[in-house]
Amino acid sequence: MRFVLTTRYGQDVDVFRHGGERFWYALLGLVVLAAPWVVSPYNVGELALVFIWAIAGIGLMLLVGYTGLVSLGHAAFFAIGAYSHAILLGYGVPFVVSVPIAVALTAGVGALVGIPALRMTGVYLAVATLAFERIVAFTIEHSDPLTGGLRGMAVEQPSFFGLSIVNDQLFYYLCLGVLVVGLFGAKNLLRSPTGRAFVAVRDSEISAESMGVHLARTKTTAFAVSAGFTGLAGTLFAHKAGYLAPDAFTVQTSIQLLLLVVVGGLGSLHGVVFGAIFVGYLPQALAVARDVLPAAIGQIPGLELGVFGAILVLFLVFEPLGIYGRWLKIRAWFDEFPLYRRATHKRQKSYLRTERVH
Amino acid sequence: MPADGLFHAENLSISFGGVKAVRDVSFEIAVGEVFSIIGPNGAGKTTVFNLISRFYDADTGRMTFAGEDMTGVPAHRIAELGIARTFQNTELFDRETVLDNLLVGRHVHRETSLASDILFLPKVRRQEVAFRRKVEDIIDLLDLQQHREAPVGSLPFGARKMVEIGRALCTEPKLLLLDEPSSGLNPEETEDLSFWIEDIVEDLGVTVAMVEHDMNLVATVSNRVLAMADGGVIAVGEATDIQSHPEVLRAYLGD
Repeated sequence: MRFVLTTRYGQDVDVFRHGGERFWYALLGLVVLAAPWVVSPYNVGELALVFIWAIAGIGLMLLVGYTGLVSLGHAAFFAIGAYSHAILLGYGVPFVVSVPIAVALTAGVGALVGIPALRMTGVYLAVATLAFERIVAFTIEHSDPLTGGLRGMAVEQPSFFGLSIVNDQLFYYLCLGVLVVGLFGAKNLLRSPTGRAFVAVRDSEISAESMGVHLARTKTTAFAVSAGFTGLAGTLFAHKAGYLAPDAFTVQTSIQLLLLVVVGGLGSLHGVVFGAIFVGYLPQALAVARDVLPAAIGQIPGLELGVFGAILVLFLVFEPLGIYGRWLKIRAWFDEFPLYRRATHKRQKSYLRTERVH
Repeated sequence: MPADGLFHAENLSISFGGVKAVRDVSFEIAVGEVFSIIGPNGAGKTTVFNLISRFYDADTGRMTFAGEDMTGVPAHRIAELGIARTFQNTELFDRETVLDNLLVGRHVHRETSLASDILFLPKVRRQEVAFRRKVEDIIDLLDLQQHREAPVGSLPFGARKMVEIGRALCTEPKLLLLDEPSSGLNPEETEDLSFWIEDIVEDLGVTVAMVEHDMNLVATVSNRVLAMADGGVIAVGEATDIQSHPEVLRAYLGD
């Protein structure tokens, strides 16, 4: 086990607590920077998509994992980010201006969705956000002049330094850069008063309120920030897809995002990255599985959705802390070997709760 | 009545459906005292606390705090005014560490915005370090050092109660409301609690109001005691007088 000697309070505020962490993250940084020269061009593209998933996942993680509000409508924020960015590009707005506007717009819509969500939690909120997703999809389908309706619309692909954004390596580094900045932004939020207010609302609304946390404002903020991150991912996705059509943003996308945060590990930013890798590579794993499985099972149409659902349920039942939780346990096993006790990670039940007064 | 009243309640009443939980309750809490509310189960003690916390709107009556009317102040502004509280069965942020729980107590003193938090500007870092310094003072006061990094959910109940008191103190309140601080504690912990309460009043200059069943604790620490039954006040006075007050005895023991 590593015990870090802390001599200044600032050390506890730092993102990386000790030299070991700095070393491993620097190594990881080198690996992801070198990856485009090592892996095949196809995988460079796939990794960029994983990064996009992760950026969207940061948004949903802040909402579900840290504020305790469930959303099945994040495909809508993804779509709003992608479409508004594509429309702005179509009007000749430069890329670096268009992205912030699209993100701000998505965050604004997120804040609006957050307002009716103030009185709802759990499954009611999930259904309400699901309905919101349908409304947005309907609006996109019926706004033909702007969005191309059901036909869809082509996305302008700008160039930087003489390279088109569709260049695999350029796009990879763009997505990587945005993801790293996004992860730092989220981490900053979580180590400051705003993020602590999110967590306070998640764990006990009543005591959060008695500590001076404005519930409505905090939840609206969480929705806005969450939508903003997912919208940001949408703007990048627009370039990845090259052509936007409503069928790219369905409830399946929302479920995949939820799968990402649950499988990755609720309440951790590491989980976002683990979950994004999982969700990004799952379709390929399924494609391989389809060939291996007997035709009667392998060729069922819509197998993906069923598998997504099954995995979600299995994780909720057997590993609610997700891949990140499992990783922590494996690490603890090595740390404490040979003294590891299973009971260390037994889930504890708490029976005492103050009666809710709201 | 003491002239330097910190908190006044005048004719507070509230009913839930047909049940009059609190009826016409008036009292005053003086600066620097320990004020206890006692009474049998269902007397309306916790409801009075929830009225002060503004979780409920009183049907009638008004409350003033430090000379200002607080009858219509929203619940999230109560901590800012200088009133912090604990809950009977603890309401902590269970998945967070003791340190993070205490830091939430500094929320009312934050001066940074969402934008500066996302960028983690130097002033956010300075604020975090200042918060931490204040939190460490409370950790020292309540002897919570060994639990600092532990998730609250894994702590024994007695420790959690102390963390909750610590979290309330981190808001730097003028008035601290303790809802049954000794419930779930063993006799030894309850005895310790009476010393903590004395420290809180004397070292931090915080006025304490508590709802409590343990008459020993009440008699040890309280300056004044208010006895309630069936939502109404039956007596106010010194602990020894209240314990032998005929109306109070009748409320507890029946006729």
